[in-house]
Amino acid sequence: MNGVEGFMYPNEVGLQWSVLIVLYPFITGLVAGAFILASLERVFRVEAVKPTYRLALLTALSFLLVAPLPLQLHLGHPERSPEMYFTPHSTSAMAMFGYVYLWYLMAVLVLEIWLDYRREIVLLSQTSRGLLRLVYRVMTLGSSNISERALAIDERAGWIVTLIGIPSAFLLHGYVGFIFGSIKANPWWSSPLMPVVFIFSAMVSGIAGVMLLYMGITKLRKQSIDMACVDSIAMYLFYIFIIDFSLEMLDLVHRIYEADESFRSLNFMVHTRLYFSHIVIQIFLGTITPLILLFVTQVVKLPEMARKRIYAIAGSLALIGIFAMRWNVVIGGQLFSKSFLGYTTYKMGLVTKEGLLVAIALTLLPLVFLWVLVKLLPPWPEKSAQAVAVGG
Amino acid sequence: MSVFKDAGHLFRFAGLFVLAFLIFLVVRHYVVPKSFGEYGHYRGAAMGEIAAHPAKFAGHETCEGCHTEEATKKQAGKHAQVNCEACHGAIYRRLPAPEQPKPNLYERFVALVVKPAPPDPPLLRHAEDPTVKPELPDTAVLCARCHTASAAKPKGFPQVDPAEHYPGPPCGSCHQPHSPAMDGGGVK
Amino acid sequence: MNISRRQILILLPAAAVAWKSVLAGSPEDAPNYKMSDHWWSMLIDISKCIGCGNCVRACQTENDVPEGNFRTWVERYHVSDENMTEPEVISPKGGKDGFPVAQEDGKKYFFVPKMCNHCADSPCTQVCPVGATFISPDGVVLVDQKYCLGCAYCVQACPYGCRYIHPQKEVADKCTLCYHRITQGLTTACCEACPTGARQLADLKNPKDPIHEFLKTHNVQVLKPQMATGAKVFYNDLDGSVR
Repeated sequence: MNGVEGFMYPNEVGLQWSVLIVLYPFITGLVAGAFILASLERVFRVEAVKPTYRLALLTALSFLLVAPLPLQLHLGHPERSPEMYFTPHSTSAMAMFGYVYLWYLMAVLVLEIWLDYRREIVLLSQTSRGLLRLVYRVMTLGSSNISERALAIDERAGWIVTLIGIPSAFLLHGYVGFIFGSIKANPWWSSPLMPVVFIFSAMVSGIAGVMLLYMGITKLRKQSIDMACVDSIAMYLFYIFIIDFSLEMLDLVHRIYEADESFRSLNFMVHTRLYFSHIVIQIFLGTITPLILLFVTQVVKLPEMARKRIYAIAGSLALIGIFAMRWNVVIGGQLFSKSFLGYTTYKMGLVTKEGLLVAIALTLLPLVFLWVLVKLLPPWPEKSAQAVAVGG
Repeated sequence: MSVFKDAGHLFRFAGLFVLAFLIFLVVRHYVVPKSFGEYGHYRGAAMGEIAAHPAKFAGHETCEGCHTEEATKKQAGKHAQVNCEACHGAIYRRLPAPEQPKPNLYERFVALVVKPAPPDPPLLRHAEDPTVKPELPDTAVLCARCHTASAAKPKGFPQVDPAEHYPGPPCGSCHQPHSPAMDGGGVK
Repeated sequence: MNISRRQILILLPAAAVAWKSVLAGSPEDAPNYKMSDHWWSMLIDISKCIGCGNCVRACQTENDVPEGNFRTWVERYHVSDENMTEPEVISPKGGKDGFPVAQEDGKKYFFVPKMCNHCADSPCTQVCPVGATFISPDGVVLVDQKYCLGCAYCVQACPYGCRYIHPQKEVADKCTLCYHRITQGLTTACCEACPTGARQLADLKNPKDPIHEFLKTHNVQVLKPQMATGAKVFYNDLDGSVR
């Protein structure tokens, strides 16, 4: 009967939060993770990852611009969303979205990108033509001061912004984990570990994402990949992945050990309705396999070609695994009845407002934005050298 | 001071923030509903709006105000605590919706994104206008809902198996619904 | 500042008119109804419920509840003495058309009407991001449908499954304890329609309300007490197997 097995409260049968709500934490996770990778160079002075610094920031911005879209499409009344700015409810974790998003967008990401690129922006505003010239001129905010002193101030300010940006990134993605983790009505979600798991899995996805983008775009540009950089990124990916995996295993073991009233129902769900997405995709394909692959690269000296292939595979699997984790949290949390006596099914639409096609489009849209940003603000070291040569 | 000369661009960026904040404050002053915060973090006027919905069930006291004969009969019998509308339902008629003002440009734009919910059409109740006539319930269906025997019902509750208890004629041919007990003068 | 007597005589009525227009639209304005005099709750007596579904139908009629959603519904439990922790529960169309006939099989049956519990510490009002759902000063948890975004966070937060998103209005919806009726001295539609008195509206602030005596003399429970929601729908004779 309409996909229901056992007993569900009558209002619970249809899912409230769709694949778009799965996509939202995936996207903000990529933002936070990409930013953390960028901060590795800026704050922690890991020189090896410098080639990906600017790309990571632009990636973060591309995804952040798309992030509100799945939420707006989900809302019954998106035209009322400014209410979150005018009357945010202080007891609601969701209410902080508007301000945290705006803070992270303007006071962290845009500011840091602007400070890092300001020299090129000023130069390009003087050398480009037509509409582009206007765009760059607006971006200069009317100041063309790129003296040594000004740039040194920019460097210092950017360092401070990145420093503030790290906890801001944790807040941007951690609050989503708290949105789920603070719901006592839902035992699949309710856990103090939830924000922490979200943050670490976000770092995995962000780092893997930037690594793949760097490798992919560099290949498209027919340039050579800086192996020291990628090796370094893969090492960080490996260690953060271990922490993420440990946290998820801790949650699992704790659940099985305590076996509270929800356990039987959740256990049944994971073994049946969630088996493919949770056991097969998230755990085996998306976590254990990339961990083993990365482990191999850490302990065995492999030739460059082999390492590139392994990184590409491990990175892709990691991204799929993290998406599956969001799916299992959001969708999984709605598949079982709060009476613990039944299960329902998620019927994802194809061409509906919250359907599969929209989800795919929203996943690809950030790449379009990234393409525009890369053209507007080239993150490649050679390109900026050209700008210096032309303008300087 | 030279530091300000070289940090001028930072002040411009900060200036954008300040400007945006001021605009936000002004907009907020006009947009937030006046009754918001009156009783708590919500729009105080909402309670009045919800309370203003028209009620469809009149309530047994209203029915008994006019239908005193039936009420007296019921009070003396087994259905004393069964309210009139429990069997007769809410008796009302929907009136045609009043002319809606044409939506302005802003409303039409919003409607592209979010379909506005149609307003509830007004209604007229039997209690206000006795020409709004009820349909007398069919006892063949109505009585069975409560009185069909089932192991799930409380043991003390009067229930019969419709296959064995005089199958065929509707319940109303023998039982007077307002005072249904056979030995309490409830036989038709 | 010196205000002359003349000025006061002019200002006072103007202030009164202004004050009335501020109050207009709040239940305070309705004749004789003061919110602070009431703290609404409900009593449901399991021993009296016969599963007729009258309450479900009455609520759907009174409140134009959309098909497939329920502001109130009835569940039927079938519990074995050998396994209290795994009851069989059904609620065909929320119990709207009653229940199929049950055969005697040595196990226990009973009906449990369910609805919004109008929790005093409700998790649903806690999570609303904009303040569209709230508990009124007279104890009724309501949704401001002109303000609600339809994010469904409250639907996720309710442990009892009593909320849903209205398919046409696209805002959160749920039992309002027939607020439009109780503020006029009527009882709720479900209580009006219940033929056995299994559902009774109660006002905890009214010293003459029979609920006070009832709570003192009967064993009464709320649903999911471990959630500490401050639920105000009290169940008499509620079995431990009820979810």
